[in-house]
Amino acid sequence: MNQPDIPTPDAFEQALDRRSLKGRSLYVDAWHRLLKNRAAVAGLLVLATMAVMVIIGPMLSHWDHEIPDWDHYSTPPSLETGHMFGTDALGRDLFVRTMVGGRISLLVGVVATLVSLLIGVTYGAVAGYFGGRIDNVMMRFVDAIYAMPFMFFVILLMVIFGRNIVLIFVAIGAINWLDMARIVRGQTLSLKNKDFVEAARASGATEAHIIRRHIIPNLLGVVIVYVTLTIPQVILVESFLSFLGLGVQEPLTSWGALVNEGAQELETAPWSLLFPAGFLALTLFAFNFLGDGLRDALDPKDR
Amino acid sequence: MALLEVRDLTVSFDTPEGEVHAVNALNFDLEQGETLGLVGESGSGKTQTALAIMGLLAENGRATGSVKFRGQELLGMSAPELTRVRGSKISMIFQDPVSALNPYLSIGDQLVEVLTHHRNLKRRDAIQRAEEMLRLVRINDAEQRMRQYPHELSGGMCQRIMIAMGLLCQPDLLIADEPTTALDVTVQSQINTLMGELSEKSSTAILLITHDLGVVAGLCDRVMVMYAGQEMEMAGVHDLFARPQHPYTEGLLKSVPRLDMDHSGILNAIPGNPPNLLEVPTGCAFAPRCPYAYAACQTRPDFTAVTEDHWRRCHLDALPEDAS
Repeated sequence: MNQPDIPTPDAFEQALDRRSLKGRSLYVDAWHRLLKNRAAVAGLLVLATMAVMVIIGPMLSHWDHEIPDWDHYSTPPSLETGHMFGTDALGRDLFVRTMVGGRISLLVGVVATLVSLLIGVTYGAVAGYFGGRIDNVMMRFVDAIYAMPFMFFVILLMVIFGRNIVLIFVAIGAINWLDMARIVRGQTLSLKNKDFVEAARASGATEAHIIRRHIIPNLLGVVIVYVTLTIPQVILVESFLSFLGLGVQEPLTSWGALVNEGAQELETAPWSLLFPAGFLALTLFAFNFLGDGLRDALDPKDR
Repeated sequence: MALLEVRDLTVSFDTPEGEVHAVNALNFDLEQGETLGLVGESGSGKTQTALAIMGLLAENGRATGSVKFRGQELLGMSAPELTRVRGSKISMIFQDPVSALNPYLSIGDQLVEVLTHHRNLKRRDAIQRAEEMLRLVRINDAEQRMRQYPHELSGGMCQRIMIAMGLLCQPDLLIADEPTTALDVTVQSQINTLMGELSEKSSTAILLITHDLGVVAGLCDRVMVMYAGQEMEMAGVHDLFARPQHPYTEGLLKSVPRLDMDHSGILNAIPGNPPNLLEVPTGCAFAPRCPYAYAACQTRPDFTAVTEDHWRRCHLDALPEDAS
């Protein structure tokens, strides 16, 4: 009778040990789970491609986003003219304009989200950690800002300071940190009662150290998910502002502004709506898929 | 001067139902290198005593009385002073080792930070010291373990790491709050042996909180039995097990299952429940559950010495001979 080749318990244990001794943090674990999620990986790839395209795309084309091609007004996409996405009513190359618009849209999305991240996480962590009266005062302040009508606030800023791209960052960031602060505060409230925070305090860690080393790293998962879901939201808000004419000003452009222009020429030049709108939609999709994937990966128990 | 002197320690909590008195005028001393066991049922105030010493009471808690560590008053000490004492001169290990470690930081980071914080060691020296400590608590492959995360280790290993962390700065006092309750039995005995050895080697005093009398018997020099936030009996460990002088201690000892027990299959539980601590009982706190209670138990007995090292809080002259 053939004896099946069973590894000795010792060998088995050693193999297990060697594999597990490397040390894999929960974030590395989550990253591996994320890579198994096809939709999320697709989203990640789309976003990476998009980022590369909007950065180097305009450099590859010999057209400029400001200077019209005097021979081609409102021409449909064609390789012959060299205008892959066609031109708009003023004869500007739509490919270059879509890429440049993408730069602005993505930049606004990322920068405004980072601003809200920085303010929101600090604010929320401090409010949640210290709790009591400090928490009360800080969160009522958030409620008060929440109550302000956002559009009114933006229009006011535009009127006072003039139309300016930096102002869009500030305005959107100033509103978005409120959500972040609320989420982070809630998480911190539950984290600060965890045993390891108590243990850190028992080993003589200062409050600042506990917030920096114990609270914030544990918040990261929630924050990352929220960030990937906030970026598309911010891009949409910027598009909306630009659509209303409050956002980016000519000749600079963004996807929202391009969609606005395209919508006006929908009947004569449908491509001028199609391309920017398509890029915008694709990006939003990608962010949402990535966000969903991250949420599943970071919290495998909560499906 | 004793290492730790606790005098009239009272811990109370403001709750919506009223003031809860978790610890009532507790007194005890702990000498250098000594291991004192603190036993009692759940809710008898053991953990709150420890937290009060560490200044880690919940926000609605308040400690009064006096806790002197090397003659230095700990209660009411400022936060920056406290952070210098905690982890450095007094450290604490917790019941559930897995949740007492930060899941997102590697074992090494968590150990090294204690050293860089308290001893101002350079990172490289701290790593070396931490690895030495891990070897001391019998963790193999210390170097690799430093890079691992809590979720990759077993509960027993995490508790060893907590003990290593507690001893990193060579504290004078280690408070262990039910260090083996969350572990399985074989690991429990390993951890207990380890703690016994380490305290002997380093002459660290241990305040061991537990409800496991077996652990007490194996590890402690002296035992204090707590009930309703008061000390009921205090004695050397052998004396206490051989000659309990308080009905509560007797009840506790009887309720431990033994192999040589008769085969009726019924454990001798103490009837009734610990008192509601919203009100401190005016008489003896244990009287309602005490089989020997009589008229005198309506007033609270004093904590008096039976022999020089054996103290108790009871009106009885001696425990009646056991019929069973």
